[in-house]
Amino acid sequence: MEHTSLLERILRGIALTLVVIFFMFPIVWIFMMSFQTNETILRIPPQLVFEPTLANYTALITGKLTTVSGTLDIAFMRNLWNSVFLSVTSVAVALLLGVPAAYAFARHKFRGSEDIAFTLLSFRFAPALLVLLPLTLYFQKLGLANTYFGLIWVYQLICLPLILWIVRGYFEDIPADIEYAYRIGGHSWFATFRKIALPLAGPGIAAAGLLAFIFAWNNFVFALVLASADKQPVTVGALAFITSSGIQYGQISAAIVLSITPTLALALYAQRYLVEGLSLGAVKG
Amino acid sequence: MASLELKNVVKRYKSQTVLDDLSLTVADGETLVLFGPSGAGKTVLLRLVAGVIDPDEGKILIDGEDMTDVDAEFRGVGMAFQNFALFPHMTAFDNIATPLEARHSSQGVIKAGVESVAKLLKIDHVLSHKPRALSNGQKQRTALARALVGSPPLLLLDDPLRNVDAKLRFEMRLELPRLLHDRGATVIYVTQDYKEAMALGNRIAVMSQGVIRQLGTPEQIYREPANIEIARLFGDPTINLLDVKPARDAKGIYVGLSNVQVHLAGAFETAVGRECVIGLRPEALSFAGEGTPGAFPVTVEAETPLNEKIVTLVRTVRGREILVSRPAGTPGQAEGKAHIAVDSKSALLFDHASGERIGANKVVNLRSGEAA
Repeated sequence: MEHTSLLERILRGIALTLVVIFFMFPIVWIFMMSFQTNETILRIPPQLVFEPTLANYTALITGKLTTVSGTLDIAFMRNLWNSVFLSVTSVAVALLLGVPAAYAFARHKFRGSEDIAFTLLSFRFAPALLVLLPLTLYFQKLGLANTYFGLIWVYQLICLPLILWIVRGYFEDIPADIEYAYRIGGHSWFATFRKIALPLAGPGIAAAGLLAFIFAWNNFVFALVLASADKQPVTVGALAFITSSGIQYGQISAAIVLSITPTLALALYAQRYLVEGLSLGAVKG
Repeated sequence: MASLELKNVVKRYKSQTVLDDLSLTVADGETLVLFGPSGAGKTVLLRLVAGVIDPDEGKILIDGEDMTDVDAEFRGVGMAFQNFALFPHMTAFDNIATPLEARHSSQGVIKAGVESVAKLLKIDHVLSHKPRALSNGQKQRTALARALVGSPPLLLLDDPLRNVDAKLRFEMRLELPRLLHDRGATVIYVTQDYKEAMALGNRIAVMSQGVIRQLGTPEQIYREPANIEIARLFGDPTINLLDVKPARDAKGIYVGLSNVQVHLAGAFETAVGRECVIGLRPEALSFAGEGTPGAFPVTVEAETPLNEKIVTLVRTVRGREILVSRPAGTPGQAEGKAHIAVDSKSALLFDHASGERIGANKVVNLRSGEAA
């Protein structure tokens, strides 16, 4: 790295700039659109210079969407809260259930353990639409349709396999001798799990949790079918901007900016853990 | 202090039998070395005793108490692993302290206990370091300290010197016996290094393929190996093995080496006329003047000085290569024709087909001074 020539550094800089522009452009464009009215957005050719307006954000926060054909009520802030609540709770439940399960699968080879683990993974193979109809019918029978409880339950289909399989790999990477040494020292298996296995798999658990959060946050189809307006997350709530009088690009952009902010902030904050965690398993220390 | 008894222990992994009906008794305060090639089942045996894996059959008794179904944390043993198995997220101090914490000792007791054992093993200056920041030697000592700190009556050491450099291994080979003896613990020590086995063990159990092939004092294993394989494993340079067919004349039983009749002193009546292999330790051979009774002619090929001893490679009349070892500074011969005399009392005879030693139980045990 130290012996790069000036030319090499310039070329690398240009290449990096191109990559960043390519990947960041949509986000920058959406960010700009969120400060424009529908008229300025749809102007041809598009303009880089415009008069910024906060109208889109005001509409979202107050919940009053003004269109040419009248005023609409939108529950965007409610949707945002639903997203936060559903994702956080789902990931918390999945961690609580998945981490001990992952440990069991990693450390104890019991009869059928591979089959059970694989069945759990196979939840991720099936397209969501395949299970939606029976789920809807069951949920209506059980009274779980349109409840947070029911949604969090269904979200486990997304979070649990992910956490289980990622974290299991981390537990398997911990040399069994380290845990044996702690046991022989006079500690119970539970103390060994808490004091040795959990801290050592920590980065992996954090990475799996973050990934599960992003997947849960981005989920669309489960919430669309199983929840009504007051329980819906932002992904479904964004549909409200496709109104009878046209698509409200400005509001959609503002909604996108608001809804990617939590995941973006979380990802930026946990970036170190995410990269460390997801690559640690590959190159065993 | 604790005694250990294994009764007919069997351990299988899938279809492979790792330990095959193994029984073993270790006396209170004894140091028993488990010696054997990798894959012999030494580590598995140690783990069975520690309680981290369960036997498929058989019983494990510690101090006469059946521990077969007792969990590892209640067996009260200390163990040091070959790969150290230190807790990477804890400092050396916390690593060593874990067995004391398990007993809910007070902070003061823990601190005193860790510091005294650390001082003994000369790692008191690195107690605040994480394992990552320790050298291999320090890691090894930390692992050993963790095994020792709780003064367990039964200590299991799984090849603790395997992953440290030669100099430290040599130092520790001298230090360890005293250290283990001072603590009075019963010790099971696993190693693949015959010198370590000889230096540390009150007794040595030679294992291969899940079976104990020979159990005895270091002296016995060296002087009366049960078979060719064990004779080959102990000793550096390796024992000379030559095909012979013993015969008898008026002076007793002899073998032909380079067309010279070399008479043997052991009780080898049963070997007469059979296809045998004679085992001659390099140090049981010496250069002799022509005409010495039993000395046979050879050609010197090469001489290798090894500090305290000189090893000479010689070739017999029939072209077989033999190693002769002599203490440095004693007269020998570096080239040309020479004659080699055999210390006939230490010659070993093995059956050619089975590899078993012939005429067992007749070699004098030097340590106890009686026939073993």
